[in-house]
Amino acid sequence: MPSFMIVCPKLQLAARSYCVFCAMHPSTDYRFYPCGDHALTLELGNRIDRQINQQVIALFQFLQDRRLPWIKDLIPSYHTLTVVYDLLQLTGSENKTTAYDQALTLMQQAIAACELKTTASRKVQIPVCYDPVFGPDLSFIADAHGLSVAETIALHLSRSYRVYLLGFLPGFAYMGSVDEKIATPRRSSPRVSVAAGSVGIAGEQTGIYPFESPGGWQLLGRTPLRLFDAHRAQPALLQPGDEVQFYAIDITEFNNLQQHGAMYS
Amino acid sequence: MALCILKSGLLDTIQDAGRYGFQHWGVNPGGAMDTVAMQVANMLVDNPPAAPVIEMHFPAAEINFEEPTIFSLAGADFGATLNGQELAVHHPVIAAAGSVLKFVRQVSGCRVYLAVRGGFAADAWLNSYSTHLKAGAGGHGGRALQKNDRIAYRNTIALSGRPSQALPWLANLSGLYIESSFWFLPGAEYDFLDAASKTQLQEACFSINRKSDRMGYRLQGAALHSNMSGELISTAVTRGTMQLLPDGQLIILMADHQTTGGYPRIGHVITAHQPSLSQMRPGEDMRFVRTDIAAAERLFLSQQRNLQQLQNACTFRLQEYLVSIRNS
Repeated sequence: MPSFMIVCPKLQLAARSYCVFCAMHPSTDYRFYPCGDHALTLELGNRIDRQINQQVIALFQFLQDRRLPWIKDLIPSYHTLTVVYDLLQLTGSENKTTAYDQALTLMQQAIAACELKTTASRKVQIPVCYDPVFGPDLSFIADAHGLSVAETIALHLSRSYRVYLLGFLPGFAYMGSVDEKIATPRRSSPRVSVAAGSVGIAGEQTGIYPFESPGGWQLLGRTPLRLFDAHRAQPALLQPGDEVQFYAIDITEFNNLQQHGAMYS
Repeated sequence: MALCILKSGLLDTIQDAGRYGFQHWGVNPGGAMDTVAMQVANMLVDNPPAAPVIEMHFPAAEINFEEPTIFSLAGADFGATLNGQELAVHHPVIAAAGSVLKFVRQVSGCRVYLAVRGGFAADAWLNSYSTHLKAGAGGHGGRALQKNDRIAYRNTIALSGRPSQALPWLANLSGLYIESSFWFLPGAEYDFLDAASKTQLQEACFSINRKSDRMGYRLQGAALHSNMSGELISTAVTRGTMQLLPDGQLIILMADHQTTGGYPRIGHVITAHQPSLSQMRPGEDMRFVRTDIAAAERLFLSQQRNLQQLQNACTFRLQEYLVSIRNS
């Protein structure tokens, strides 16, 4: 069994009188577990939840800003933060404890020192063309829920979405949650090729394919924006924690926007 | 100074130790599949161990050294020839100007690494020279090498008038690789396997499927069963993670793995065994042995110590040789 540990100030943390996570979200269960022999995962609860994800991103930002030499990579997800660590930075020749145990202690200290900042989300507007050419699954989604295509599109536009994490492909944002009236499982058979910019739904998640790739999400439109561009100083258009609002454009506008500069494909 | 690709191979790319620090953007680390062979290739020519190298699969590229070059090959044995003469791996080699390197048969292993003394002048992207094919960045224009590509050297070396020859010492890699029993650590979802599947994981033989590549190794074997109900919320995966696919088969994530995934993480192949895994070929058989973190770390650290000793020895031998030819 992976080691299971409740991070509670009374038990573990001497550095401050209360744990920021407990104070904010007293019901959250925590555990740490190893992710192989070079990574450590902190898991907060076991569900997709805006508040939990805010905690994940706050701790991610805190650790990222510190540029700690033992941390090689940080992977925030919906409810977990995984630290890929450098074994050679954590093991002295005299040490009897494992690098994993040391990483665990350092993480607990980091949590104790972390001031949970509630920074305002960045708002990002994303144009989407919901033409059936770009949204081959629009009628499938509509039919599955007894809606018209127009109602399906309106529901997708009816709210803004939180970027919970980037994963799968460079710059692929997992966003949510869509109205349950349009939540649709992935296609039973994934497409061999989905075009870059395609906007899709998988369960309650919505996302945009940054690159042409195989994929199983139900497609309802396409954006002319370039979601990831290696040659930009900030390659990923969206960041974890962003708030995304889609707006509809027609195919003429889609083509016009594509002619524009670096932000467009 | 440069080398030129006369004929491209199946997949020849520039790789280094990988691109860390950007997985929060979904950018996977990539890098050399066999990091031990990458380091050994560099050590043999006295480069920094993580300098960019060319990683080749079989069939591999045909290469022309335009100027006198000291190079090395490490990892797989693809029956290398230099100007038609057989050439062993794990030696430093002098190539006279105009020499041609070819690979004629797959003797053992799956990936060979080519390093040149002075290093390759590759494109850096996000702190790494590794080729990221999806993003089209790093390495050589973010793509696999093609016919007529010229790969320049970072530093030039004076070495004219020497005949092509392998230098008479060899890196001994015994102790750095294993045969076919791979150690794994249980993953976060290991306990969802039923008892019979846990036994099977350690007792059955798995073979590597044809659909295996730099992203992942698909295994074929008796199907494993998990008691997990419902879907997992996508979370981080790392290199070596063993995921259980819905059909009960395993996939082991390799260098170009995606950063997050939603399949149960049954286990993780330990870091010290990943270079050996990278040299396994489709159709070959493998087994798994459960271990713990302390043992995995000890093995990794002992591997690092071996590599450090090898580096010291390689540096000493090559410097001694270079002084001797300068004085002769």
